[in-house]
Amino acid sequence: MKLPAVKFDERPAEMHRRDFMKAGAALATVTLAPGVTLMAFGGDASAEASASKRWGLLVDVNKCAKDCDACVTACSKENGWRLPENPETDAQWIRKVNLTDKDTGREASLPVMCQHCEEPPCVDVCPTGASFKRVDGIVLVDKHICIGCRYCMMACPYKARSFVHEDLTDQKPWAPRGKGTVESCTMCVHRVDAGQKPACVEACAATGNGAIIFGDLRDPESEISKALANYPSTALRADMGLNPGVRYQNL
Amino acid sequence: MKRLLVILMLLGGIGLSPAFAQGLGPDIPKATGQPHPEGNLFWRMNHMRLLQHDRDLTMHNGDRHIQASLKTCVTCHAVKGADGKPVGVDNPKHFCRVCHDYAAVKIDCFMCHNSKPEEKTQAYLKPKIPDSKELAAYLKETGQ
Amino acid sequence: MERTIYREIKVTPQVIQIAVLLGAFILAAAVAVLYIEAHGHIVTGMTNQIVWGLPHVFAVFLIVAASGALNVASIASVFGKTPYKPLSRLSGLLAMSLLAGGLAVLVLDLGRPDRLIVQMTHYNFSSIFTWNILLYSGFFAVVSAYLFVQMARGISARTVKVVGFAAFVWRLALTTGTGSIFGWIMARAAYESAIMAPLFIVMSFSFGLAFFILVLTLSCRLTGRVLGVKLLNRLGRLLGIFAALVLYFTAVQHLTSHYWARDGGIEQFLLFDGGIYTQLFWIGQVLIGGIIPMALVFHPTGGIKPASSIVASVLVILGGFAQVYVIIIGGQAFPLDIFPGYTVSSSFFDGQINTYTPSLPELALGLGGVALAVALTGFGMKILRILPTNLSDVNVGQS
Ligand code: HEC
Ligand code: HEC
Ligand code: HEC
Repeated sequence: MKLPAVKFDERPAEMHRRDFMKAGAALATVTLAPGVTLMAFGGDASAEASASKRWGLLVDVNKCAKDCDACVTACSKENGWRLPENPETDAQWIRKVNLTDKDTGREASLPVMCQHCEEPPCVDVCPTGASFKRVDGIVLVDKHICIGCRYCMMACPYKARSFVHEDLTDQKPWAPRGKGTVESCTMCVHRVDAGQKPACVEACAATGNGAIIFGDLRDPESEISKALANYPSTALRADMGLNPGVRYQNL
Repeated sequence: MKRLLVILMLLGGIGLSPAFAQGLGPDIPKATGQPHPEGNLFWRMNHMRLLQHDRDLTMHNGDRHIQASLKTCVTCHAVKGADGKPVGVDNPKHFCRVCHDYAAVKIDCFMCHNSKPEEKTQAYLKPKIPDSKELAAYLKETGQ
Repeated sequence: MERTIYREIKVTPQVIQIAVLLGAFILAAAVAVLYIEAHGHIVTGMTNQIVWGLPHVFAVFLIVAASGALNVASIASVFGKTPYKPLSRLSGLLAMSLLAGGLAVLVLDLGRPDRLIVQMTHYNFSSIFTWNILLYSGFFAVVSAYLFVQMARGISARTVKVVGFAAFVWRLALTTGTGSIFGWIMARAAYESAIMAPLFIVMSFSFGLAFFILVLTLSCRLTGRVLGVKLLNRLGRLLGIFAALVLYFTAVQHLTSHYWARDGGIEQFLLFDGGIYTQLFWIGQVLIGGIIPMALVFHPTGGIKPASSIVASVLVILGGFAQVYVIIIGGQAFPLDIFPGYTVSSSFFDGQINTYTPSLPELALGLGGVALAVALTGFGMKILRILPTNLSDVNVGQS
C-alpha cells in the first residue's frame, strides 16, 4: 500500500498571476495592485489547499446499512443536484451500490463517488486541463474551461462523473453547476476549505452508523491514517494502480 | 479596439457626467456595503480580469478569501424587485445586466453561478474587508 | 497515351441538384445543433452511461476514413505506382474534406461548443486528445502542401515525393492517435488494447478507399469524364485486400481481448449475447462489410464489372459504420467491472447493460458531417484542377 507517497504536479497558478499582473499593469496605472487579494487578511478558520495534506475518505462497509442513503441525500442537498428523477441523464455525484458475492451470497452495500485518485485517468485524458487535481489530492473539474467532451467519463473506471444534460436554475452558491459541463464529487471542497467535513461524512455520522471517516492521509496521527494503518482496506480497481484517496474496509 | 470604444462610451455615459446618465449610459443600481477601495472606475474597467484571476485562485488553490468572488458581487450589488426580494439575472435590472445589455456583452457565468445573494445562514465563509490601515500595511509589505 | 490534364468540374444541372441535396443535409445538421445547444444533451439519446453516441460514431468514422482516403496518393508517390498518379489530387482533397466533416461533427457535439476557443488556448499534453488536435491541424497543413506541390508548376518530382512521404507518415500518426483515444482507456474492457491503433489503421485503409471509389465514380459520371474499367477494378481489388485485413485485425483484437480481459464477459457480450451489437458485428461488419464485398471484387467473372467495385465500396462503408458503432456504443453498453466477483445494483445502472436509442438530431448532425465532407470535395473540384479529364485505361497506363 502506498497511500501517502504522493508527488503533486505543479499547477500554473503562478503563471496566471504573473500574466494577470502584466495585463493589469499595461491597462491602468491607476490601479493599486491588481491581483492583490484584499480580503486575504484575517478571516475565519480556513486554509488554502496545501501540498502537505492529502484528503481522503475511508468507508467501513460493515457499518454501511443496506437501505440507508443518508450520504446520498446529504450530498444532493448540499450540492444542489436533484435525487434521480430521470436516472439515465440526471447527475449522481454519489450513489449507493448493493453487492452480492457471486459465490458466497454475502451481501454488502457501499457508497461510490469520485475516488480522488492520485493518478486520475480523467486528468490525463482531459484535453483542456479542466480536470485537475488540487495539491491536496482533491480531483475537480474546472468548469470554466470544461468544453464538455466527456472523454473523462469514458476514462473513469468508477463511473464517478456525470454530464449536465439540461439547463439548471437556482444552484447552490457554493456549488455552481451548469449545462454542458462534466461534474463529480468535489469532496465538498468548499467545506473542506472552511475547515469542515464533507456533507456525506457528517450525514453518515448523524445516522449513528459512522461508516465514513474523512481526514488527512499524510498526517500519521489522523483518525483515517491510523485506521488505514491498523486494519486491512482496499481500493476499488486496485489493479489499475491509481492509488485512490477513497478506501474501503471490510469489502 | 471595440473594447476601448465600449469602455469610453460607458465612461462618457456614466461616471463623468451625471447629467447625461439618463440619456446615454445605463442606470447602474446602487450597491450596499463598502465601496471598492480601488474606486468605481477601476472596477468598471477591470472586473472581468479580477473575476477571472480570482476564480483560478479559488478553483485551483482553494483560496476563498478572494476579492472578486461572484458570490459576494451579487450580495452587495443585489437589486430588489417588485416583491422586495433580490432579482435574478433573468431580470434586466440585475446589476450584472445593466451595463452588459447596454454594451451588448454576453456572459455565461450565471448558467452555473447563482445570481441571487446567498442566504446568510448558508454562507460558509464571510470575506473580511480590510480597513485602510490594514490595506496600506499589506500593500507596503508586498512592495506596491 | 496523352498527358494527364486536370480541369475544374463544370456546374451542370445534375451537379446543382446534388449540391442542393447536400445543402439540405447540412442545413438539417445546423438546425439539429441549435436544437441540442438550446435544450442540452437531454434531447439526444446520450446519457451518463452512453456518453458518446451517434455523433461520435460518425465523427470517428469520417476521421478514420479521412486518413485512408489519402492512401491513393501515397501509393502513387511513396510507392511509385503510376496508374494511381492522376488520382493523387482527388485523394488529398477528399482526405481533407472528410477530416473537416468529421471534426465538425465532433466539435458540434461538445457540451459547450461555444468554448472551442478555450480548447485553442489550453492544452493538456498528457491527453491523447490534445495530440490529436495537433495531428489534425498538421494533417491539413501537410496535405495542403502536398496538393500544392502537385499542382504548382516547376516543382521537381523529388520534392513531390518527399512531401508525399511526409503526408504518408503523418496520416499513419493521425490514425494511431485516433485509435489510441480508445486504446488507452484502461477503464473499459472493450477498449484497453494495443491492437486498437493498428486496427484503426487498417480500418482507415478500407473505409477511406471505399469513400474514394464512390466519390471518384460519382464525379466522373456527373462530369462525363471517362473512368477506365481496369482502373476501377484495380481499386476494387485493393479494397478487397483492405477489407480482408480489417477482418484479420478484428479477429486478432477479439482473440487477444478474450485472452487478456479480466473476465471474458465483454467478448461473450459483443460476439454472442449483445443483441443489436452482436448482430451489427456479425451481419454488419463481418458479412456486409467484409465477406460480401470481398466476394464481389474477387469473383473471377463478376469482379470485373464496374458495379462490383462500387457496390463493394458501399458495403464496406456500411460495414465500417457498423464496426465503429459496435466499438463506440457497444463498448460503453457493457457495464464497468468495478467489483469483480459480485453482482451489483444501484440507481446508476451499475452492473447493467446500458441502453442507447439514437435520436433524430444526432442522426441529422452525423449525416450533416458526411454531407459537408462531400460538399467540400465537390467545391474543391469546382475551384481547383483536381479531377483529370480522362481516366481511361489507355490514358492511365499500367504498371
Ligand atoms: C462589500 C460590498 C461589495 C462587494 C462584495 C462588491 N461590490 Fe462592487 N461596489 C460596491 C459599492 C458600494 C460600489 C459603489 C457603488 C456606487 O457608487 O453606487 C461598487 C461599485 C462597483 C462597480 C462600479 C459601478 C459604477 O457605478 O460604476 C462595479 C463595476 C462593481 N462594483 C463590480 C463588482 C463586482 C464584479 C463585484 C464582485 C467581484 C463586486 N463589485 C463586489 C460594493 C461591493
Ligand atoms: C459598469 C458597467 C458594468 C457592470 C455593472 C458589470 N459589468 Fe461586466 N463588463 C462591462 C463591460 C463594459 C464589459 C466588456 C468589456 C470588454 O468588452 O472588454 C464587461 C465584461 C465582463 C466580462 C467579460 C466578458 C467577456 O466576454 O469577455 C465578465 C465575465 C463580466 N463583465 C462580469 C460581470 C459580472 C459578474 C458583473 C456583475 C457582478 C458585471 N460584469 C457587472 C461592464 C459592466
Ligand atoms: C459551467 C459552470 C460554471 C460557469 C459557466 C462559470 N463558473 Fe465560476 N465556478 C464554477 C465552479 C464549479 C466553481 C467552484 C466553486 C467552489 O469551489 O466553491 C466556480 C468558482 C468561481 C469563482 C470563485 C468562487 C466564488 O465564489 O466566486 C469565481 C470568481 C468564478 N467562478 C467566476 C466565474 C465567472 C466570472 C464566470 C463567467 C465568465 C463563471 N465563473 C462561469 C462553475 C462555473
